[in-house]
Amino acid sequence: MSRALKGGVFKALLLLSLAVGFVMLGALLVDVFRDGLPYVDWMLLSNPPSSSPLDAGARPAILATLYIAGLLLLLAVPVGVGTAIYLEEYASKTRWYNRLLEVNIQNLAAVPSIVYGILGLAFLVRGAGLGRVLLAGALILTLLVLPTVIIAAREAIRAVPDSIRQGGYALGATQWQVVSRQVLPAAIPGIATGSILALSRAIGETAPLIMIGAVTYIAFDPTLLGPFTALPIQIYSWVGLPAEEFKFLAAAAIVVLLGILLVMNALAIWLRNHYRRSW
Amino acid sequence: MNVTTIDHRALAAVAQGHGTESFASREPVFQVKDLAVAYSGNVAIHDVSLDVYKSSITAFIGPSGCGKSTLIRCFNRMNDLVPGATIAGDVLYHGKDLYARDVDPVEVRRRIGMVFQKPNPFPKSVYDNVAFGPRVLGLKDDLEARVEGALQRAALWDEVKDRLKGSALSLSGGQQQRLCIARALAVEPDVILMDEPASALDPISTTRIEDLMHELKRDYTIVIVTHNMQQAARVADMTAFFSVEVADDGRRTGVLVEYDVTAKIFTTPADKRTEDYVTGRFG
Repeated sequence: MSRALKGGVFKALLLLSLAVGFVMLGALLVDVFRDGLPYVDWMLLSNPPSSSPLDAGARPAILATLYIAGLLLLLAVPVGVGTAIYLEEYASKTRWYNRLLEVNIQNLAAVPSIVYGILGLAFLVRGAGLGRVLLAGALILTLLVLPTVIIAAREAIRAVPDSIRQGGYALGATQWQVVSRQVLPAAIPGIATGSILALSRAIGETAPLIMIGAVTYIAFDPTLLGPFTALPIQIYSWVGLPAEEFKFLAAAAIVVLLGILLVMNALAIWLRNHYRRSW
Repeated sequence: MNVTTIDHRALAAVAQGHGTESFASREPVFQVKDLAVAYSGNVAIHDVSLDVYKSSITAFIGPSGCGKSTLIRCFNRMNDLVPGATIAGDVLYHGKDLYARDVDPVEVRRRIGMVFQKPNPFPKSVYDNVAFGPRVLGLKDDLEARVEGALQRAALWDEVKDRLKGSALSLSGGQQQRLCIARALAVEPDVILMDEPASALDPISTTRIEDLMHELKRDYTIVIVTHNMQQAARVADMTAFFSVEVADDGRRTGVLVEYDVTAKIFTTPADKRTEDYVTGRFG
């Protein structure tokens, strides 16, 4: 086989692998949008769920999902970035306990989300006596995304060239001054992108929320310490209902969820471009 | 004595009198005694004793791996930041042990500035680069005048005065390096260490840096590491030549071969290894 032909075959294979993902995703989107888009209206956004598909909306679920996203941003990002700073800038890499910590975090990122759900049920809902409330759901999702946020933030911090740190130290800056004034600002684009992508994964999670007892039917707006549902759970419950109309409502809710994810990802891209630096 | 292979500019520089003064009466800023530095047990350089004199330029030359950069990083305790680095022997700074228990490396680095091989401006504006040092040290009075003064001493003011708010990364390589020098000057150091400051620059930028060094040595003590012998001959008053010893087991260790007035190193070196190096027969 000639070298040019080999190159051509390889390129074709690459295109094929691209096509697999692209076609599947495209088909999914077309199907969901065809079913759901006509039902995305003010009623869906503003009404609580109802046994009648004509009145049913997803307002409590949408609000809860937004609350959870906000809480995740408040809880997971500071803790995750703090851990990443410690591991990258302060921890001595030669100490066994720091290496153990690192391996553990890598492994935690691979733990199935249902396991986090069980953990949350045992320790937050029952152990700490929080009950089946929105805060418990947000906390458990925080634990779920923490490893991912930590890993993303570490990558971003590690990508800041050492010459920047050395330049800071050479001027008589303390370690904290170098970290807070040079390393962190330079790492913001990477941290923001990684964190938001991790968050958007989390708000699509269903299993751990079901595990800790998110309810499927709730007629009032969620509160921090009250019972709650979330968009993925609302979708799941509508799909299971016998009336055909609920299937379309589920598709419409998927469109809303996708919309929220899309906004978050767009925010990530905007942050990255806004703070992009080169060195 | 074979000096015919030395670059003519270097010879001219030597002949003009750089390094011909006597430094014996001058005040030493650094006194290095029996210094050895190891990284995780591997000795990078050992058996170094030399004095660095006030308001002069001291050059460290030698082939790659001879430990000259390692040595210069002992002067501002930058080696402290390398995990596994250990140091034996003494480095006295104005007679005080730099590695004494009560010495804060952060305070050392405030007095002993450093310019690196590759220009490393912070990804910030020109102004913020120079202002960073004064800001972290709490020298906030009259910051603008301080920044302007530093840029002027680094011979960069005229080129950047209209773009102080622009990114430092948009400057040319030579300008970036002068910005790094200005950044170091802004905290009013006593000594400036330069680790191959011109090796990443074109010849014109290099000349500007060298001219600048001549200007600065009136007020500052300068130590420069360079692998460019002509540069050492042009700028330095004193020159130390380092070489690499290869042990039987293949371990490479840097040693100080000879330290003397620059003119002597380049015209009548005492050691055969120095002569081979400066005449271009080696390295």
